[in-house]
Amino acid sequence: MENSFNVLWLQSGGCGGCSMSVLNAEQPDFFSSFQLNNINLLWHPSFSEASNEEFLSLLLSIESSETKLDALCLEGSLLRGPNGSGRFHMLSGTERSMINVIESLSQQANYTVAIGSCASFGGITMAHPNPSEACGLQYEGKERGGLLKESWLSPGKLPVINISGCPTHPNWVIESLIQLAMGDFNSEDLDNYNRPRSYTNHLVHHGCPRNEYYEYKASAEQSSDLGCMMEHLGCLGTQARADCNTRLWNGEGSCLRGGYACINCTAPEFEEPGHNFTETPKIAGIPLGLPTDMPKAWFVALASLSKAATPKRLKVNSTSDHILISPGSKTKEGNKK
Amino acid sequence: MSSKSSTRRVLGPFNRVEGDLEVKVEVDQGIIVKAWVNSTMFRGFEQILHGKHPHDALVYTPRICGICSVSQSVAASQALAILEGIEPCPNGQLATNLILAAENMADHLTHFYLFFMPDFARDCYANRDWFETTKERFKAQTGTAARQVLPARAAFLHLTGILAGKWPHSLAIQPGGTTRPIEAQEKVRLATTVSAFRRFLEDVVFGCALEKIAALQTIDELKVWQHNHPDSDFSHFLTVADDLKLSEIGQASHNFMSYGAYTEGNEHFFKRGLWQQHYKPLNPEQIKEDISHSWLNGQSEAKHPYQGSTIPDINEDSGYSWCKSPRLDQKVIEVGAISRQMVDGHKLIQQLVSQSGANVQNRIIARLLELALVVPEMENWVKQLQPKDIFCITAKLPDDAQGAGMIEAARGSLGHWVRIKKGRILNYQIIAPTTWNFSPRDSQDQPGALELALQNTFVGPDENASVIIQHIIRSFDPCMVCTVH
Repeated sequence: MENSFNVLWLQSGGCGGCSMSVLNAEQPDFFSSFQLNNINLLWHPSFSEASNEEFLSLLLSIESSETKLDALCLEGSLLRGPNGSGRFHMLSGTERSMINVIESLSQQANYTVAIGSCASFGGITMAHPNPSEACGLQYEGKERGGLLKESWLSPGKLPVINISGCPTHPNWVIESLIQLAMGDFNSEDLDNYNRPRSYTNHLVHHGCPRNEYYEYKASAEQSSDLGCMMEHLGCLGTQARADCNTRLWNGEGSCLRGGYACINCTAPEFEEPGHNFTETPKIAGIPLGLPTDMPKAWFVALASLSKAATPKRLKVNSTSDHILISPGSKTKEGNKK
Repeated sequence: MSSKSSTRRVLGPFNRVEGDLEVKVEVDQGIIVKAWVNSTMFRGFEQILHGKHPHDALVYTPRICGICSVSQSVAASQALAILEGIEPCPNGQLATNLILAAENMADHLTHFYLFFMPDFARDCYANRDWFETTKERFKAQTGTAARQVLPARAAFLHLTGILAGKWPHSLAIQPGGTTRPIEAQEKVRLATTVSAFRRFLEDVVFGCALEKIAALQTIDELKVWQHNHPDSDFSHFLTVADDLKLSEIGQASHNFMSYGAYTEGNEHFFKRGLWQQHYKPLNPEQIKEDISHSWLNGQSEAKHPYQGSTIPDINEDSGYSWCKSPRLDQKVIEVGAISRQMVDGHKLIQQLVSQSGANVQNRIIARLLELALVVPEMENWVKQLQPKDIFCITAKLPDDAQGAGMIEAARGSLGHWVRIKKGRILNYQIIAPTTWNFSPRDSQDQPGALELALQNTFVGPDENASVIIQHIIRSFDPCMVCTVH
């Protein structure tokens, strides 16, 4: 496949969950999505035939520029430990650390793509006390500069493209790679953390089916309650940048639709929120971490107003696990089913 | 002692094993004399969990593994439920079983079609009668099977979209049940999703009703079935297995263990226990982890996971893997579908194992058999859901307590042992299925299950080209990211 867009996919300090997630791609499936767009997966740790020396010779051929590498995709964080040696992850069958392999390949690849939050920022593997000295490709948490320097640009003149998420969504990956392959992706398509704006132009809050509860501050108090999870259950959907509730997962799902809090997994340092994940930290009863671009005083004023105006239907349903009162039209007898 | 003619080679990276694996072999006259299995990646989840809020384990532990993510959730939530002194409400338990079974069945399918079978489409088998069909059907990435399997798998996982928000890495499974109550119409959709998957299995994998596969009791019945259903993928595998004598490679220990799979009241759908020539009850107190051949320190002797620690030390000279060596009553144990079916007493698997042992062929048969056993039970669980009832109960976490979650992932027994103090995690130790199967040697120098399975294997003049080693490794359906975590 001479004119194909060659992708090499490697894994390091992660769980392999982003690969499993891309397998959830539908209409068409993951393999077809690549094939139909002339993307040639040179090698993937879970899906390719080549093992052992067959793979090591491919590596050699890329490093000697014999095989063209258009995009290097890395899943998992970079394990720099112990003591900077990289020995927490050696490339099997060799005496090379993965950080060494990845650094070398990133000089060859026209684009370097971080698949998931681990490769982007360090992710879960970097959670305190970061036993493996993990970092992301070009970030260490929120700090710029990871394995690769802050100023680093790939031969294709882009920084590392961070398709963060834990896991990442199959279509975030597939669509971004197709855009790259088509030459239809440039620096303006990246946000302040070098994530594709195609999905970070949105908030997880958008399309949340609990929006009406949010508007009236009718809050869930425990797991499986139907109300808004921001006030008590740690939901960060109003701050988290991703299109989870408009794009949906596994057919018709999302974290919020699954009845649990958004933990803002597309953001750097989501792994250390500074509080229990599923409890909202508060000061004087007011949740910390309000919507990012809303003045706090306004939020508090609006919240107390809307709380006072909460319809009984929402108040009751919010702390129930099934809808007890339906919207129904008003009759003489009151609200009907 | 190695003889003068023997050579040592380091092999890797092995792909299609979910994570990173290296194997060192000593080969003498084309036969593996000894093998050393190295899990090459360390992340340190046990240290990350120390000091965290116990419920945060439900965020961290699924992210140990992207392919056993729900299994990790279920083990963690079970341990937390014990800490809190509660049991999931009936709907919550049914939903948990469904989500876990969805992951496990999807994993069995992924293993067979994407990880295991593509090795038989390699050119080294070009002279075999079955090669052309195998290549067309199972070639990595381009085989026709993947184009049927991936959509069927993705559609089946819609079950997790409904019940768990997403897969992998859901927070839906809680100590007292699940966060996602469902309505009557969603129950109908769940039922249809499972039925559609049944239809795919019956049309493509088996070529007959699942009940027919589940009811196979003897090797003779299996042969007759194979003869009558030559076009199914299962049958195709049996043909390859017969020709390559896959029942003669990959023998490990004959100690099988299962923690019991899918809670139903006070029982499990697949029984908990051991099989060592016959059924025995399992005593979890006999589980100990040895670190004598691991790059770990801090333990002078094998310890029960409640007392265990996980402290990396690359300078540990006797170490050759990041993996520990769990042993049960000092014995090497094999876990996985074959062990579950031995312990649960499935007649066909027991006859196969008594005839040819635990080997490459029998591990694959046991895994496919589970698809036929579990999917009909999923239909029952969906029927039992009561949309008007609760899905989750909550309880207060005590300050000091300990508890263990012991469950079955697709690839075998998974345990979380948790101790909390002053409301925080004091010690959290995890033993994953592949930790059992791919462990290094222990202090008595007993090789782990894969190390045993590789011994005495004929690999010919070029061990690197030997695809036989790869068949043996992949027959365990290893998950290396879980192994060390």
